[in-house]
Amino acid sequence: MKAPFNEVISGFVSLLTGMGITLGQLFRPIVTVQYPHQTLTMPKRFRGHILLKKEPTTGKSTCVACDLCVKACPSDCILVEGEKKPGEKRKSVTLFELDYTKCSLCGACVEVCPVDALEYSRAYNLASTSKQEYKVMDLVKRLEDSKHP
Amino acid sequence: MLKVLDTSHSTGPQETFVLNLGPQHPATHGVLRVKLTMDGEFITNAEIVCGYIHREHEKMGENRKWDQFLPNTSRIDYLSAMMYTHAYVAVVEKAAGIQVPRRAEYVRVLTSEMNRITSHLLWWGAFLIDLGGLTPMLYAFDDREMVLDLLEALTGARLTFCYYRFGGLCDDVTDDFLTGTRKFVKHFRPRLKIFRRLVTDNIIVRKRLEDLGHVPAEMCRKYGATGPMIRGAGVAYDVRRAEPYSVYPELEFDIPTQPAGDNMARYLVRMAEMEQSLRIIEQTLDKMPDGPFMAKVPRILRPPAGDYVFAVESARGRFEVRVVSSGKEIPHRVRLRSPCFCNLSVFEEACRGMLLADALALMGSIDLVIPDIDR
Ligand code: SF4
Ligand code: SF4
Repeated sequence: MKAPFNEVISGFVSLLTGMGITLGQLFRPIVTVQYPHQTLTMPKRFRGHILLKKEPTTGKSTCVACDLCVKACPSDCILVEGEKKPGEKRKSVTLFELDYTKCSLCGACVEVCPVDALEYSRAYNLASTSKQEYKVMDLVKRLEDSKHP
Repeated sequence: MLKVLDTSHSTGPQETFVLNLGPQHPATHGVLRVKLTMDGEFITNAEIVCGYIHREHEKMGENRKWDQFLPNTSRIDYLSAMMYTHAYVAVVEKAAGIQVPRRAEYVRVLTSEMNRITSHLLWWGAFLIDLGGLTPMLYAFDDREMVLDLLEALTGARLTFCYYRFGGLCDDVTDDFLTGTRKFVKHFRPRLKIFRRLVTDNIIVRKRLEDLGHVPAEMCRKYGATGPMIRGAGVAYDVRRAEPYSVYPELEFDIPTQPAGDNMARYLVRMAEMEQSLRIIEQTLDKMPDGPFMAKVPRILRPPAGDYVFAVESARGRFEVRVVSSGKEIPHRVRLRSPCFCNLSVFEEACRGMLLADALALMGSIDLVIPDIDR
């Protein structure tokens, strides 16, 4: 007869402890972010998809189309073409396509680039109605369209 | 309480039926299927069908250059990404004879232990959801989020960190990260006490876990179950002590064990492990040496021909990588020994005669990550 009685008591104590802790939490500051009204800024090292960096003086990319990133990429998702313009010492990039559907955001391309021409984007809210938009991302065009230095 | 199937007294016809648990079932936390032969509410036999998320990681390792396999290592057991990457970089460092700077080793241990805490917190929340309690998950995720934010600021990713490189790290730790980690340690100790009062001492949890789901040490040995499974059966087996690697020998920590071998024992082991991880984190923060975070490594790696093995203690147990090099740019063989596969194989034998609801508690206490089973 005693055991069930003890159980009722300890069950009641458990219940009260739980409720006490919950009540205490009620007065702690809110930890959630009211997305989409509020968003977080991504940290500096955040690895989004890659972008061609803009050289501040020329407004162009420094990429020399050396194909090192193409070879380093484990997922085979970069296509680079370049040409040597008359009067220039090195090649310059004419086409840089990223297949973002295959990219594993590993950063191998960014690390391998000898002229530091790539950076990560901070975009994380990526959505589209067509797969094609991410299948072929023209980074040269993006660079030309981007307004910020 | 009736725990083991006893049909001796029944006179009716013996009829069993097959119940499919999964492949899409919330309690399996992924695509795992278990064919249960049921006698009423009791399980008479269980057959595990896995392979639904098989991605051929081993083969992927064998058809790309050594460093190109690095992103895969965070995607096998995505909750122990740091430890898994550690195992792979360490085996290649061993093969190629690369000496890792001490600072890098300390950071590796520090981030691995933080990763262990996030993994155990996620398990804690998900396990209690399996048992029918939703609120603890929110507490767990509150704290887990703090660690993930720190790791995100450090590595750039929240889950698939891919932070280690052959010979060190991809980037040095920042002061913000170190102070943030210290703050987290201070914050998390009292939280563990709250968790204990809220859940561990709760009578409902105790009734659902204690004395149920016995996995004795012999059974663990038979199937190769490691990690909290075997420590919950009273065996103090931990790769960090049994085959010391990195700077673990320089750090002080205990290996929590529980003799009972039931669900509660595994639960308590994991809760105690989080405390030990905090201890390790504190020590690494205090002892963090200055210096380079990356060794000089040739751009194209061709480790000398041979057979190399390296094991780490992941959040779920012993994870071992074996690579065979033929002296080329591409590994000849990459073999991954994952803890979840062995831990899961215990389930067939351990769940026999249990009630279905208790077997789900047992499955939760094993702490499965399905991609780790299938690889
Ligand atoms: S981040 Fe990795 S997967 Fe993505 S494009 Fe660069 S190298 Fe390829
Ligand atoms: S981005 Fe860098 S690595 Fe890639 S082709 Fe251009 S210069 Fe070479």
